[in-house]
Amino acid sequence: MGIRTKQTASLTAGKRPYGAKQAEKRKLFLISIPFILFITAFCYVPLIGWVISFFQYYPGIPLNKLEFVGLKNFQAFFYNKKQVLNVVRNTFVLSGLILATLPLPAVFAILLNEMRNAKFKKLVQTFSTIPYFISYVLLYLAFVTILSPSDGMLNILLSEKLHLIDKPLNVLTNEKIAWSVQTFTYLFKNLGYSAILYLSAIAGIDPQLYEAAEVDGAGRWAKIIHITVPGIISTFVVLLVLGLGNVLSGAGFEQYYVFGNAMVLDKLEVIDTYTYKMGIVQGNYSFGTAMSMMKSLLSVGLMVAANSLVKKIRGSSIF
Amino acid sequence: MKKKKLSVFEVINYIFMLLVLISCIYPFYCLLISSISDPKQTESWFFIFPLNVSLASYREIFGNNRILQPILISAARAFFGTVITLVCCSMFAFLVTQRLLPFRKVIYKYVVITMYLNAGMIPWVLTMVTYGLKNNFWVYIIPTAMSAYYIILIKTYFESLPAELEESARMDGAGFFTTFFRIILPVSGPILGAIAMFSAVSQWNSWYDNLMLVQDNNLKTLQLMLYQVIQNMNVVMNDPKTAATAQVLNRPSILSVRSAIAMLTVIPIQCVYPFMQRYFASGIMVGAVKG
Repeated sequence: MGIRTKQTASLTAGKRPYGAKQAEKRKLFLISIPFILFITAFCYVPLIGWVISFFQYYPGIPLNKLEFVGLKNFQAFFYNKKQVLNVVRNTFVLSGLILATLPLPAVFAILLNEMRNAKFKKLVQTFSTIPYFISYVLLYLAFVTILSPSDGMLNILLSEKLHLIDKPLNVLTNEKIAWSVQTFTYLFKNLGYSAILYLSAIAGIDPQLYEAAEVDGAGRWAKIIHITVPGIISTFVVLLVLGLGNVLSGAGFEQYYVFGNAMVLDKLEVIDTYTYKMGIVQGNYSFGTAMSMMKSLLSVGLMVAANSLVKKIRGSSIF
Repeated sequence: MKKKKLSVFEVINYIFMLLVLISCIYPFYCLLISSISDPKQTESWFFIFPLNVSLASYREIFGNNRILQPILISAARAFFGTVITLVCCSMFAFLVTQRLLPFRKVIYKYVVITMYLNAGMIPWVLTMVTYGLKNNFWVYIIPTAMSAYYIILIKTYFESLPAELEESARMDGAGFFTTFFRIILPVSGPILGAIAMFSAVSQWNSWYDNLMLVQDNNLKTLQLMLYQVIQNMNVVMNDPKTAATAQVLNRPSILSVRSAIAMLTVIPIQCVYPFMQRYFASGIMVGAVKG
């Protein structure tokens, strides 16, 4: 108990003398320096790496000997116009679909909240959050085990057992439904987890409001629409703005990389996976950096725009 | 509630929730039973109950030394990564609650902005290569040491603690570190538990850095190994020759081996999940309030 032994100091304490205060300030600042350096090294120095997009970069060559090429790497977007346009289209479509599902966790939370059986409610809540903590690799494997055309359990059930279908269902390698399947996968992974945010918002609503509404004769729907929904709308707006900032990543690299097999690649190649293939696999670092940079700037721009839009509508920003 | 009678809405709601419950459990149950049964015997209801239960596939993967190394690597990064993240994030969060820290707000903002401002994949990879983190175990745990999101959560928690707690320690002459380790950390169990669980699970599941920066097979994580196994097995399974060989040699089928590896990656998460449940609801609730 080192604190007790120092108790004598407390007799003189109360207001610390000026010199001691300065010393404490200096000490705290010194402690903060390693943290600042760390964040600078790992989050801000990569931003300097953006200059690579104006050079022709080859690994191993010192930066001062690189050839300056101006906007050539950005012009490369136009040389690969077909591919890049396809990638951008996929990114926006998939992100758009994911944004469209944003109200679903709120609906799920409201439905969950309407259940009277507390035990069952808790059970559903617990298990529906599990997929969030499972990696996409594993999720993919689970999906394959169930949906694979050759030995998937669903196909065995439907064709060999029940004889309902002649040809095995083809889900994961079907280009036509690739976007919907990915949206569903994303929803499956995130529904329960996102619902927790709404559930805590619902829990924060004053119960007196519900009681008062009941006295006024409000039914279930009236209570949901006039009390619950207004109570969670601010949570929804926060998630919407963050979602818009994330629109260019969509569900992120891992999902599309894992699920993007050769059959569906035309529909699932997004900016992130394309950058990886061009930059890391093919070693075209400058082009990859140009892609990364455009993406980051656009993302920040979108989020700032969404935030100021929210500010205009609601009078308060989320940041 | 006055009446106990179920309305149509409630019946539909319960059925819907039951379906959600099943769809969240079944995929993992399905992996479990396919890892312990022989999938070539599809004659019965093997998608509901396991058939010919055997642990052959588990014996197969453990007999083969290649799996032990990735398990160790993934476990090591989950453990050390979490410890480093906890120490760095909580100490920094405490630091920015100190009124005497010069430029306190600026320093805090400087860190929080990194949550939204991201250099992108290639610049990040090239920076890590410059720091000598390519093919280096440290690449798994150093870059994630400070996370703006965790810092916000922890700082919010620290600010909710009664101010007298810290003031009295300070009056007694305790310095920054003494106050932090002796006074603040002991009462921060709930938030540190939540962050530890989040961090451990995300470290265990992570393989992005492995794919980008580590080609050394001795440093391969379990997740990337699983991914590569899936990729290779798609090739192997479509080749009738290897399938036939497996049959002749009476070795566990590829499908059940694959599922067994998958089970190995899920089991640790299912083990920490009950503890996590207690913490993470409170943890992300703080985040929700903060937005």
